[in-house]
Amino acid sequence: MAIPFKGTKEQEAKLMEVIAAHKDEKGATIPVLHEAQEIYGYLPIEVQTMIAEGLDVPLAEIYGIVTFYTQFSLNPKGQYPIGVCLGTACYVKGSGDILEKIKEILGIDVGECTDDGKFSLDATRCIGACGLAPVMTIGEHVYGRLTVDEVEDILKKY
Amino acid sequence: MSVRSQVLVCGGTGCTSSGSIKLIDEFENRIKEHGLENEVEIVKTGCFGLCALGPVVIVYPEGAFYSMVKVEDVAEIVEEHLLKGRIVQRLLYEESVHEGSDEIKSLNEVDFYKKQHRVALRNCGVINPEKIEEYIGRDGYRALNKALKEMTPQEIIDEIKNSGLRGRGGGGFPTGLKWQFAANSVDDQKYVCCNADEGDPGAFMDRSVLEGDPHAVIEAMTIAGYAIGSNQGYIYIRAEYPIAVQRLQIAINQAREYGLLGKNIFESGFDFDLEIRLGAGAFVCGEETALMTSIEGKRGEPRPRPPFPAVKGLFGKPTLLNNVETYANIPRIILEGADTFASIGTEKSKGTKVFALGGKIHNTGLVEVPMGTTLREIIEDIGGGIPNGKKFKAAQTGGPSGGCIPAELIDTPIDYDSLTAIGSMMGSGGLIVMDEDNCMVDIAKFFLEFTVDESCGKCTPCRIGTKRLLEILNKITDGNGTMEDLERLESLAEAIKAGSLCGLGQTAPNPVLSTLKYFRHEYEAHIVDKTCPAHVCKGVAKYEIDADKCKGCGLCAKQCPVGAISGEVKSPFSIDADKCIKCGACMDKCPFKAISK
Repeated sequence: MAIPFKGTKEQEAKLMEVIAAHKDEKGATIPVLHEAQEIYGYLPIEVQTMIAEGLDVPLAEIYGIVTFYTQFSLNPKGQYPIGVCLGTACYVKGSGDILEKIKEILGIDVGECTDDGKFSLDATRCIGACGLAPVMTIGEHVYGRLTVDEVEDILKKY
Repeated sequence: MSVRSQVLVCGGTGCTSSGSIKLIDEFENRIKEHGLENEVEIVKTGCFGLCALGPVVIVYPEGAFYSMVKVEDVAEIVEEHLLKGRIVQRLLYEESVHEGSDEIKSLNEVDFYKKQHRVALRNCGVINPEKIEEYIGRDGYRALNKALKEMTPQEIIDEIKNSGLRGRGGGGFPTGLKWQFAANSVDDQKYVCCNADEGDPGAFMDRSVLEGDPHAVIEAMTIAGYAIGSNQGYIYIRAEYPIAVQRLQIAINQAREYGLLGKNIFESGFDFDLEIRLGAGAFVCGEETALMTSIEGKRGEPRPRPPFPAVKGLFGKPTLLNNVETYANIPRIILEGADTFASIGTEKSKGTKVFALGGKIHNTGLVEVPMGTTLREIIEDIGGGIPNGKKFKAAQTGGPSGGCIPAELIDTPIDYDSLTAIGSMMGSGGLIVMDEDNCMVDIAKFFLEFTVDESCGKCTPCRIGTKRLLEILNKITDGNGTMEDLERLESLAEAIKAGSLCGLGQTAPNPVLSTLKYFRHEYEAHIVDKTCPAHVCKGVAKYEIDADKCKGCGLCAKQCPVGAISGEVKSPFSIDADKCIKCGACMDKCPFKAISK
């Protein structure tokens, strides 16, 4: 399902500034994509086209880079993006079960967003908070030493 | 300003995640409230290592080690300890107090720290990483001064060679040789790169060094630049590490202000500067040629070697690439000499190694031990053993490229060669402990899922081979495996190792091969007996109702989505194994815990 692109003039002006600042730098593409994703929250084809034209790089190459790296997203994230860490330390302590529970409660799969746009779900790589395993993040907030039973109450807070 | 007390609060990712930043705010407020701001200093440090007990606060001069501190506890620490000098006993980490008395041990006497030897982590948890003055106060940038003023580039390289330092990113290639190759290449432009793309799941050594002591890496890279004849460096770091990126940027800016980066460093005529490049979530970018391709702004795919980076690397120019922890050792080697460094460790593996201890172990966290320390010492003495009275089953080192070390090999010394000899590898330093509740086939599957996901797709053995390996593993854990599948796994694994382009594919089958070697009986249990000995794999689970415990309430039958449970109320129910889809819903619902799998 494609969500119509709703970029604003302000966002576009910001993106143009970013492109101008990096244009002559060696290997500028990835830094520009990072900043573009900061501005728009994701990298739809409209944004990729602007970057391709701005940096004078073929769109196919930009698209190739965006789809290669998992940090770059073609779809918008939910208002509260959820990340469940599936790093080894979290996995051996049962983060797989936590992920299943969230899928069950929200009725969405990894990489998807709830219909109301509230939550999106990702299975993340190790975030390095292994001392707190198993860990999930909602936005910037980190929930550590989780049990499956706590998940529902945490989600209700949002 | 001289203060009478210092409050060290851990600002590493682990403690930050458990709320240490809020603690700092609360300490500031309370300290102000009592007018102590000129007497007490609050220091936000890097990782103390004992992440399991975070957030951690240490108050000096007493050295009181407070663990799992909550915001509500801060008032008590300020009012009792800082104001009245009475240590808050209830918050002290129990290991840090002498038994039978209230006397506090020094950190070196605490079990967790006793066997550690901190070289790469020497400043982590000691200094405020956002203040260059504190790094300088601990001999910081003295090694750079010595290198630029008293040593020739070749003398530096010889010193590194003599130290016996080997790459800490996993491969273990002699660092001095790498520097020599890069120095020998002749070109108008060379680059120094730092690999901080720590992608192994369960590993956070490099992150902790960058968060706790970023200047050590900057200093080392500058020394490397002088040694090989380069004036530009890049640090390639994961975007998943926001705190490390931020502290590194602060450190670079401060180093520039002090003239320790930029033009004419220490009036020596030598110029060097650094840039940060963010990764974007691709495990393969930890491979050296892929990393450089990614800095160039392309899809991070590896390329065949030779030419090696020392000849033709970043932007086609000679490039030196080392890992964060390797660099963190350099200033000490230059300052204290190769011999001091080489006196630590074993014959072929010198120095120390940092490990990220995780999984089923009491003291999860960050430890640094001399090479040659046994796995038993790390797990039992430093790590505090396995929680909940469970039995140690295996330790996994080297992440998706490494293997599992079974309990019978727990006395193996940890060094490059011993680990390779038993089918694992040093790797970057992730050390995940597993107990009897972990299924080894499931663990092999977990790592294969990771490599299938992260294979860049450039070469066929890795792209298709790992996928087929995973399919066979899935077949086994679903209860449909045959004994021939084990042979198929082995021959396919060998082909992938031999035929893949880069380290990712060449090592991807290791988790399968090592679990097959040491835990073949678990594979056989899944295939022949159709059971998972650790009760993890749902596909071979058999749900049964214990007739003695069942009270015949019928809750399970109502819960079952496929009507596989039947029985008379008030007499034991039973499960029809043919209808059962092994969802586990009945087990969750049973109030008498009468259902087992």
